Amino acid sequence: MLVSEAVLERVHEDVHKTQPWNNPDAVPYIRFENVTKKFGDFYAVDDVSLDIYRHELFALLGGSGCGKTTLLRMLAGFEEPTSGKIYIDGVDMAGVPAYERPTNMMFQSYALFPHMSVEQNVAFGLVQDGVSRSEIKELVAEMLGLVQMSKFAKRKPHQLSGGQRQRVALARSLIKRPKVLLLDEPLGALDKKLREQTQFELVNIQEKVGTTFVMVTHDQEEAMTMASRIAVMNEGVINQTGTPFELYEYPNSRYTANFLGQVNLIEGVLVDDDEKYAVIKSDEAGCEIYIDHAVQGHEGMTFWVALRPERLRITKEAPKETKYNCVSGKVEEIGYLGGISTYHVRLESGKRIKVTEPNSTRQIEPRYTWEDTVWVSWEAGAASVLNK
Amino acid sequence: MSSDKQEGRLTLKQRFDRWMIKHGRVLVVGIPYFWLFLFFLVPFLIVLKISFSVAEYAQPPYTPLFEWIDEGITVTLNFGNYLFLLSDSLYVTAYLNSIRIAAISTVITLLIGYPMAYGIARAQGSMRSVLLMLVILPFWTSFLIRVYAWIGILDREGLINAFLMWTGIISEPLIMRQTEFAVYVGIVYTYLPFMILPLYSTLEKMDVSLVEAALDLGCKPWQAFAKITLPLSMPGILAGSLLVFIPAVGEFVIPELLGGPNTLMIGRTLWNEFFANRDWPIASSVAIAMLLFLVVPIMWFQHIQTKQEEGQQ
Repeated sequence: MLVSEAVLERVHEDVHKTQPWNNPDAVPYIRFENVTKKFGDFYAVDDVSLDIYRHELFALLGGSGCGKTTLLRMLAGFEEPTSGKIYIDGVDMAGVPAYERPTNMMFQSYALFPHMSVEQNVAFGLVQDGVSRSEIKELVAEMLGLVQMSKFAKRKPHQLSGGQRQRVALARSLIKRPKVLLLDEPLGALDKKLREQTQFELVNIQEKVGTTFVMVTHDQEEAMTMASRIAVMNEGVINQTGTPFELYEYPNSRYTANFLGQVNLIEGVLVDDDEKYAVIKSDEAGCEIYIDHAVQGHEGMTFWVALRPERLRITKEAPKETKYNCVSGKVEEIGYLGGISTYHVRLESGKRIKVTEPNSTRQIEPRYTWEDTVWVSWEAGAASVLNK
Repeated sequence: MSSDKQEGRLTLKQRFDRWMIKHGRVLVVGIPYFWLFLFFLVPFLIVLKISFSVAEYAQPPYTPLFEWIDEGITVTLNFGNYLFLLSDSLYVTAYLNSIRIAAISTVITLLIGYPMAYGIARAQGSMRSVLLMLVILPFWTSFLIRVYAWIGILDREGLINAFLMWTGIISEPLIMRQTEFAVYVGIVYTYLPFMILPLYSTLEKMDVSLVEAALDLGCKPWQAFAKITLPLSMPGILAGSLLVFIPAVGEFVIPELLGGPNTLMIGRTLWNEFFANRDWPIASSVAIAMLLFLVVPIMWFQHIQTKQEEGQQ
């Protein structure tokens, strides 16, 4: 089921129309207040405060062991915070057991009950709540329709493919209409093609049911495609929270810049600081970098300039102006990916820079080849300046 | 090598290798089958044969089944032993008693063994091996010695009575040995590891997130246990129960040493027929009848297990 363009547009419209995180009056739906979780001496989550708003599809993004799953499990009630408070819809969750929380979880392993059919799995939560038989039948049918699994209602989990199990798990966790749906690596077990397709499906379903989704993922692409906002986590701490756009364009640290997409990080020292511009001199790249905005700091301070590979220009001839934002080097590696090509350019200073270029026209032969001397340059607005 | 092949001659090793590839599988499967044939099926057939003959004061103490009379084989089958088993209430009572005692012991073993197996399966890595070790440890001492130890504990002047008398809780010693209670204690104690180990192996394989999923969907912990853990550990429960029940039915040593004269079990009856009455045909038919009683649950168990395995594929 590929989501239609119109739906996608609507999703984005809604997200942009309602950006509660930019509205100071908005009341957060989920609130972490200085939450810490220790396992022995190890801080899995270290003093995290985070607000998530209603109808969001919020992603906790980070590498393994960064604390994202622990945060999710504390929301579900499988772990109690060592200190700090968690609120869902204004209610303090301290001491509320998992079975009484208004959350449902979709497990990474899907955790489908192997001794029950698809139908029984999906109905499980309702049976538990003592919903009448006729109502259960109706709701299960509706939910299986939503995830397009009606045909497989009588099957056992072991008779399903990975993608089908994922849908059943989703249906089972959604059927109780939880206030918050928690997804632990929801697409982790699917292959790449299916994953891309399912990403949109999940967004579509979230849009239909209007539930607040909190998902954990290590896949930055997945987080960026699906999430309204992302919290980038590292070593138990949230590094940065923002929309995919904000995180990609305005990373606050080298960690975030590196984690989301590809980036060239150039170390340099602030040599000229003005109200309207700044100049950073980099020995690492052997050039001076002109920034079209002021930088918070004083002259002599060390900064890192983050340059996305696709914002760099690669040319055979030297640009007209070579004073700023321009380096030359030799092409060391070429990756031809069809739609784009990536070049690794070794600068005279020894630093390697990655440049990607769209192959927007059909070419007779590659534009550059190994050992070509090329110039790499960029606009003054292309760089972001990081101080950590 | 290549020249050998061209000439159609093979070295001894090559011939052996080719033969092994062709027949190796038969050989590997054949050895245990041969073993079972020699030490299980043949003795069984001998016992079956004896069960159809009549007791005699002779050596061996039964009539031959096949006789060479007038240049032809005469087979004399005697079903009298089996009819006798049915007519004498001693045997029927012994069978029923054995099954009752074995069944109750199995249930008690399950009730004690399940929480233990669960605890071990959910214990931390290093702790788990220590606990498993403790379960297996008693096997390092002779079974007979362990049963004798229970005599020392349950006896009139045994540990329990001595302790209770010393504390003053009781003034007269409790009669525990030579009762059915002592038989239960003995069977449960002896067979507990056979219950714990298969239960442990199913519980340990079970994905913990299944229980979490049940909790997440609104189950209280005991409901999650009843709806998820218990049904999924059924193969372990079945395997453990049969491993306890089947040997317990035919148990001889425990009722002999711990039970009283009234504890009638088929194992003891069998022993008496063989060694006290020296009536081999009756003893053999008792053994065959017991086997038939037990084959049915084993076949049922295997049937369930194959179904389970098919389900997991």
